[in-house]
Amino acid sequence: MSILNDPNMIRSIIMDHYQYPRNKVDSEPKGYESIHMDSDSCVDDFYIYLKYDNTSNKIIDVKFMGTGCTISTASISIMSELLINKTKDEAFNIINNYKNMAMHEGSYDEELLEEANVFSNVYKQANRIKCATIGYNGIEELLKDK
Amino acid sequence: MFNVNDIKKDFPFIVKNPHIVYLDNAATTQKPRCVVDAISDLYENYNANPHSYDYSLAVLSEKAYEGARKKVAKFINANSNEIVFNSGDTAGLNFLASSLSKKLKEGDQILLSQAEHASNVLPWFKVKEEKQIDIGYIPLDDEGRIQLDAVEKAITPNTKIISLAQVTNVLGYKVDIKGICEIAHKHNIIVIVDGAQSIPHMKVDVKDLDCDFLVFSGHKLYGPTGIGVIYGKFDILDTLDPINMGGGMNGRFDMCGNYTLIKTPNRFESGTVNLEGAVGLGAAIDYLESIGMDNIEKYEKQLHDYAISKMEKIDGVKIYNKNSDTGIITFNFKDIFAQDLATHLASYNVCVRSGQHCAKILMDFLKADATVRASFGIYNTFEDVDKFVDALSKGDEYLDVYFK
Repeated sequence: MSILNDPNMIRSIIMDHYQYPRNKVDSEPKGYESIHMDSDSCVDDFYIYLKYDNTSNKIIDVKFMGTGCTISTASISIMSELLINKTKDEAFNIINNYKNMAMHEGSYDEELLEEANVFSNVYKQANRIKCATIGYNGIEELLKDK
Repeated sequence: MFNVNDIKKDFPFIVKNPHIVYLDNAATTQKPRCVVDAISDLYENYNANPHSYDYSLAVLSEKAYEGARKKVAKFINANSNEIVFNSGDTAGLNFLASSLSKKLKEGDQILLSQAEHASNVLPWFKVKEEKQIDIGYIPLDDEGRIQLDAVEKAITPNTKIISLAQVTNVLGYKVDIKGICEIAHKHNIIVIVDGAQSIPHMKVDVKDLDCDFLVFSGHKLYGPTGIGVIYGKFDILDTLDPINMGGGMNGRFDMCGNYTLIKTPNRFESGTVNLEGAVGLGAAIDYLESIGMDNIEKYEKQLHDYAISKMEKIDGVKIYNKNSDTGIITFNFKDIFAQDLATHLASYNVCVRSGQHCAKILMDFLKADATVRASFGIYNTFEDVDKFVDALSKGDEYLDVYFK
């Protein structure tokens, strides 16, 4: 993966997902399960929406709504793209790898995380790990009873 | 006036961390050496439970505890029996809301303002739930200040309590508490003052203000965390019910449920007292009085005015309270999210706070999701302001922190 070596590339990916977030909605979509993720220590305040097919065990769609900083908004946007059309097991694999990276707590597969690699340095800002993982924690909560 | 370089030497944290520009004093303050020493002296030399009145050490520790009460009383021009120690401003407001609510009936009204901190809003919401009282808000003027005529207009025949911050924690404006008390008392309304942001930065005289209650926290006053103060006019304080029952506050009790209470203020301090906190707070007050509260207020205002003049020169800075009366500056930069900006400043070792500053209902007034707040203390220098403004001017590079 080369994007990690180019700060300008990382910057432009983060800013692109912050300014033009993918799968972000302004009102609650119909036919989705949802979870409210508001951080106790900062302003981040998001709803994560999941559409899941129990027969194929697949994530049909992920959407989100709310307000937050650059890191939280961009990370949820990238996450939504990573997880759509993944099976539950694939999704958990991505979530676990991502958390290992974001929290700097174990090895992870760079290729699996695609654009989410832009957050590989976020652990150096300990106060921002919560922002970078807020969406993943939400979707994990929604998926765990599937 | 004092020499800030001498002040800085008094603060071990500031001496040991010369690279840190600490501008989060409205959240908590660093502690002078004398506070640290006073606490060490207690633990090294005379630590005992003041309630264990069987040996001379306890006499010493009780003397220190009650001595701290006297210092607090003198500091705000109250009498010692009007000073209750507790764990902080939040506990003080919760106590007053719970205890005073027993005197309220359905339909009574409490007046607050939109600029209040969560700790002066949520305890009243709880009272509202339990007693079906109304909560009214004194409207702010265009700048965000509370004007006396707005107070007068907001009062209804049902208003029983007005509870306001003397200095608001986001906008930093001084509220004319003396004027408000004059109006309120004509209508027999009790006035509670949240002194969290005023006590550390200006001279406060409760007799001059004529407020009925005032609460504040020790840790914002360069003292330890976990200690706070409730001042109450004795004649009203003495009629309140203690909320926490237990040791150290009862005279005697029997198996039938009969009990007597000891005198005010100790009846409100059940359990083993926060001796360390009181001793540390007393030392902090001695320290501040040696500098002079008027000098502190003047100096912090100079820092504030200097910072505003420099910030106004940066394109894209939005200041929400440039005419603030105290050392609190609330701002944003371009359309950078407040939390991102605070992290950027942190990467330059400038400590500020982002968010809604526990004043969530104020954000509608400011028309902002969140803001950044810089707040000065006595050890801050003009050089600190320069470093802060320099880092702020580089705000556009805020994502760089993730590439280092």
